[in-house]
Formats: sequence, C-alpha cells, structure tokens
Amino acid sequence: MTEPTGNVPAVGGMAPGAAAGGLISSEPTVTEQSAAPAVNATAEQVGEAAVVESVAAARGPLAMEAIGLNKVFKLGRGAFLQAVRDVSFNLYQGAVIALVGESGSGKSTVAKLLAGQERPTSGQVVVDGKPINVRNTRSFREYKSHVQYVFQDPFSSLNPVHTVGFDLTRPVKLHQPGVKDTEAAVTALLEQVRLTPAAQFVVKYPHELSGGQRQRVSFARALAAQPTVLLADEPVSMLDVSIRLEMLNLLDDLRSRLSLALLYITHDIASARYFADEVLVMYGGQIVERGPAEDVTQHPAHPYTQLLIASAPDPDNLGSSLKAGNVVIGPGGAIAGKAGNVGPASVGCPFSNRCPIADDKCRRDNPALQLLTPVRAAACWRLDVAASPQASGSI
Amino acid sequence: MAPILEIDDLSVAYRSAGGDVHAVEHVNLTLNAGEVVGLCGESGSGKSTLAYGATRLLRPPALITSGSVRYRGRRITHGGDPVDVLTMNHKELARIRWHEVAIVFQSAMNALNPVLRVQDQILDAITAHLKLPKHEAREKAATLLDLVGIPRSRLRAFPHELSGGMRQRVMIAMALAADPEVVIMDEPTTALDVVVQRDILAQIVELKETLGFSVLFITHDLSLLLELADRIAVMYAGRLLETGSASAIMREAAHPYTQGLLHSFPSLHGPRRELVGIPGTPPDLRDTLPGCPFIPRCSFSIPACTEVDMSLAPVTGPPGPPGSHLTACPIVTPEEASQEGVLS
Repeated sequence: MTEPTGNVPAVGGMAPGAAAGGLISSEPTVTEQSAAPAVNATAEQVGEAAVVESVAAARGPLAMEAIGLNKVFKLGRGAFLQAVRDVSFNLYQGAVIALVGESGSGKSTVAKLLAGQERPTSGQVVVDGKPINVRNTRSFREYKSHVQYVFQDPFSSLNPVHTVGFDLTRPVKLHQPGVKDTEAAVTALLEQVRLTPAAQFVVKYPHELSGGQRQRVSFARALAAQPTVLLADEPVSMLDVSIRLEMLNLLDDLRSRLSLALLYITHDIASARYFADEVLVMYGGQIVERGPAEDVTQHPAHPYTQLLIASAPDPDNLGSSLKAGNVVIGPGGAIAGKAGNVGPASVGCPFSNRCPIADDKCRRDNPALQLLTPVRAAACWRLDVAASPQASGSI
Repeated sequence: MAPILEIDDLSVAYRSAGGDVHAVEHVNLTLNAGEVVGLCGESGSGKSTLAYGATRLLRPPALITSGSVRYRGRRITHGGDPVDVLTMNHKELARIRWHEVAIVFQSAMNALNPVLRVQDQILDAITAHLKLPKHEAREKAATLLDLVGIPRSRLRAFPHELSGGMRQRVMIAMALAADPEVVIMDEPTTALDVVVQRDILAQIVELKETLGFSVLFITHDLSLLLELADRIAVMYAGRLLETGSASAIMREAAHPYTQGLLHSFPSLHGPRRELVGIPGTPPDLRDTLPGCPFIPRCSFSIPACTEVDMSLAPVTGPPGPPGSHLTACPIVTPEEASQEGVLS
C-alpha cells in the first residue's frame, strides 16, 4: 500500500482548511504526480480565495455558513479522492442558492456535508453562530429539525411499503412533539404541497402516485420537521419537463411563505437562472465561479461556465451548431467532444485539460477565486481572455 | 423525401383486470429517409409503446388492436411494395430487426449486462445478426467503438467501468452494428448531464450524416427536439396532438398543449420569459375519453371539445407547404394559442 507522502506543499497564503487537503500531497509537479499515481484529486489552490459578498444576503438573515469545507474520501489501496475542496458560502433565509455542476463535480457531497450526513475532513458548517457537532443520534436528530434534505429520486426515496400518511406522521411525531393532533398536522402538510384533497392521499402508497406527486410527498416530509434550511438535491431532474416548472414554483412558494433558506442543486443552469438568487458553479470539487444568477448565466466568466451554458438545449436557436454537425461550441466547447472521457485534471486548474485557452500556468497552478465585482468571483488565471466580450460572444 | 417507415392508424392497448389501458390510439406517423423525427410527450403518454408497437417488441398484456406499419427499406423491398411489419412471421421479423430497424433502449445503465464485458455484448449482437468469422466480428466491434469515439482499449471493460455517457455510446454503437436504415432512440440522453448530452446529440447527428440512417428520437424534452429534429410529433394520452417542422412548432405551435410545453422550460438565452407550465395531470388511459384528452387541463376548452374526433388536420393560417403542419385541435388557432398568459 502506498502511503500518501503527507508533505504539505509550501504555498503562500493558503486558504483556510487547505492544510487537510495537503494530506493527499498533490504537489503541483509532474514527478510528484507520477510517484503517487493512486491519488485521484485536484491540486491545491494558489493564492488567497477572495471573499465574495452574496446577493442573497438582501433576502433575509443568515441561516447557515459553510466555511472552508474539504472532504477527502479514502478509496483504498492508498488512493484518495478529494470530492470537495475549500468550499465556502452562506445560505440566507428566504433566498435560493443554486449549486450547479456536472455529475461528479462534488455538489451532492457539499449537500451531504451541510446535512450532517458526512463529516468534513476540515472546515466547518455554522448554524446560528455555532459550528454544528453531529456526534450521536440525538444531536443528529436535533440538527435535522433545522436542516432537511430532499432527495433526487422520488421513486426510491419513499419506502414502497409505507403509506403517505405513515411517511408524514413519523416526522411530525419526532420533530413536533408538542403537536396533539398529528392527523391535522399531516393534512396541513399535504395542503402546503398542494396534494388535495389530503384525505385521499394519506392512504396512498408511493406506487399509486405519479413522479410529481411523489416528489411533493418528499417535500412534505422534509417540511414536517419545520426546518429553516432545505437542501434540495436535483429535486426535479427525474421529473418530466412539463412537471418540473410546477415543482420549482411550489418550492419557490414554500421558500417565500416559510422563509426557508434553500440550497438548490442542479446540473440545469437554465433553471438556476430563473429560480436562484445566487449561482455557485462547481467543477472538480471546487467553486469555479459564483455570483448573481442573471449575471453568471448571461455573462459567464469561467470557461467551464461558458461550456455549461453553451451545452444547454437552446430552443431559441433553431438550426444551431448541432444540426450543422459542428461540435465546436464556444470556448471550451471545442474540446467538449471528450467530456465523457476526461476527468478533472490533478495538476493545476482542474479544468485545464478541457479548457481551450489553458496555458502553462493553468496546467501548473490551481487558481483560487478572484473577485470580478464585489458580488462575483471566478477561479481562472486567464480571466482577461475568458471573460472578454469576444470570448463569450462566440458561444 | 421518400417515406421509409409509415405508421398508419396504430392502436395499442394493455389488457388489465380494471379494463383496457389505451396506450396508443389511432396514431399516424411517417418517417422519411434521412430525417430526424422527434416524438415528444410526458411519461405515460405512450411514446415508447408506439415505438415498440411499431417494431413488434411488445409482449402480452400489450395488444396491437388496429393499424399497419409499412416499411420501405430498399434491401427488403427492392423498390417494390412496402412490407407490413405487423403481419410478419418471426423469420421475417428477424430479418428486419437490427438489419433494418435498430433500437437504442432507454437508460443505458440497465440495458447493458453488468457481468459481461462490453466486447462480448457487442459480439453477441454481431453474431446474432451478421454471419461473420470470429476475428472479423472482433474487428467489427472495435470499428463500432471507433465510430462513437470510445478508445478500442475499452472493449475489455465492464459496463460499471464506463461513465454514463460512454455506456450510452456503447448502446448506440451496438444499434449501428448491422448498418440499419432506421434507428429508434428511446430517451437516449435523459439520465445524462447537459455537457455529455450535447456531445452525444452532436455525435448522433454526425453519424446520421455519414451513415445516412433515419432517426425516430423519443424524449420528454421538447427544448432538445427543437434543436435536433427536422420534424416533431407531440403525443399526449396515446394520441398525436400536433406534428410539424421544428420551426413551425417553435414559432406557430397550434395546439394548446404544445404551447404549454413551450412555456414550461426556462431559457438560458434572451430575455427572461414568463413561465406558466401546464396545471393538472394527464388522464387515466383506462377511461374512454370523449373528444380531446387535454380538455381538463386546457384553458380554451369549450363544450364542443368533447365532439372533436382527434384526427390531424392542416393548420389554417400560416404559410408553408400544405400538409406539413397538422394539429388535432380545430377549436384554437395558432394566434389564439400563442397569446400571452392564456394558460394561466
């Protein structure tokens, strides 16, 4: 078994929490990499990560802080996977923060860290000014009444042998011990997610419901704990396009009525544009760009964000690049033909092996977030080229 | 363009104790040579049943209750009369399947056998349908992977060692093994994220151009079809509601349901549009519905809608070749349907 060498690369101005990431010794030299081939990780970031103000702060008081989160998974045989690297952001009551990225970018791991299901390798999750400390079942349960999680797949997240009534009665009894009339509470929950008449749904089993109805039950189950924070992990990606909008509108309505702090995880950046206040784009376990939703989607600065936006189906663009048989779609798109086969780079910027404008510095050093405006930041060495109007105009 | 596959008045029902489920009802759909036709509908609208019915892949309790499926592939008909897929015996069917009409099945995660190497699965398909010596079959499998951009070294990989996008490519490679004239793709990109999805779509378009097959592309995502397809058919509750060219559907959608679909997805480019969505849920297909099945969810519905016979008729008004844009709704004109806020 090859041990990780454990020598932390001497990088100036290391971001908080980066020390633990150094355990996996991803010193940005080629020789080091070949010496430890089992390490499956992105490289240390170079430079101080910029502190970004969130546009979502205007919506309401601070609900939750993620500070310098790192998560390293052991894969066995000396291999490690850095799923999350130095991720910091805040959730505010009544605001939606969208976490956007492709499969394997670490967005679900971030949600699990916030939910207390996984413990960060380093970094903290702070609620009400106190770092969370989920040590045992009781503290986990207590934490759960603040923070709830909605899963992606409504077909597998509901137990097929329990009725909707049972699924909702249990969390009401657990999290609202003062409530005498649980039946009325369950009815109220079902009405909140617009499953009416409630009496008709209480006795149903998951297989008797459509996908959209099942996801509504999942929402109701999460709301039964009366949370302040709701983590929604791809809540609509398993649903039909025609139903997605209704579900997002329902979530938005719940957010404003219950003043929920909502983390919306998705790979569909178009829905983030409509639904979120702030968008965080993740790639290779780190945030590569963040800022106000409209701003990020209309003027993406990071080449990866530009690729994401160029890849989204665009109905307004009939007879597009696709039909012409032209695979070249903007900066980054040129290499997107290999997207399925190339993972994040382990040396330098994680996107450098797919980025059309990457240079030697990109392949050597991993950039930290740099401020573009007080509310926007991107982690890219070549922002002067990437964010220029010509580059984004060519998409 | 010459029609290659003509689905005529096809109806499929699933027999169940609670009565027949009318999954496909009197559907007419034509696929022309070299064309990409998109079939779009919600889950349970019968789009997969239509495709499997037309290729005789359904098993009881599914029952084809009416219609014909005429196939005009040159290698089969030699320029003569078309053959009817629905009346074929097993031997004739075996000659059509894979050689002439191939299917890329939904969810590549489940369609590949997890305990067999990719190579063995492709070889299975090749040996079943092409009489090739072993070494040639191996070489063919490798060429097929080249075709979809997977390195040959991955032939010995198991499905779990491939990413979702690569598995989907393997499925496409297998479908192309016998050089088919028609490829039916059933939600080939639904479980993939947008970047990989775009890759695969671009690859399909490219392969189509070089190999010259026709595609019937089934999906629930209309926004994707608007870019990909030449013609689009919109299906709802077992019936076709509208067919037309992609630009006709995009700009002059005639059926209120199509309008609803167009207003349900957020767009990335251009100004923020108001999104309305489609309230309500699709009907239970066990009931026999008088007239249009969309009545309960339609904001235009009037009593006369229950009298509508659901046959497709040319859209009145917009210019274009006659018969290219058809709708099942005789009540609403495209101008009315596209009015702002009508679906609220």
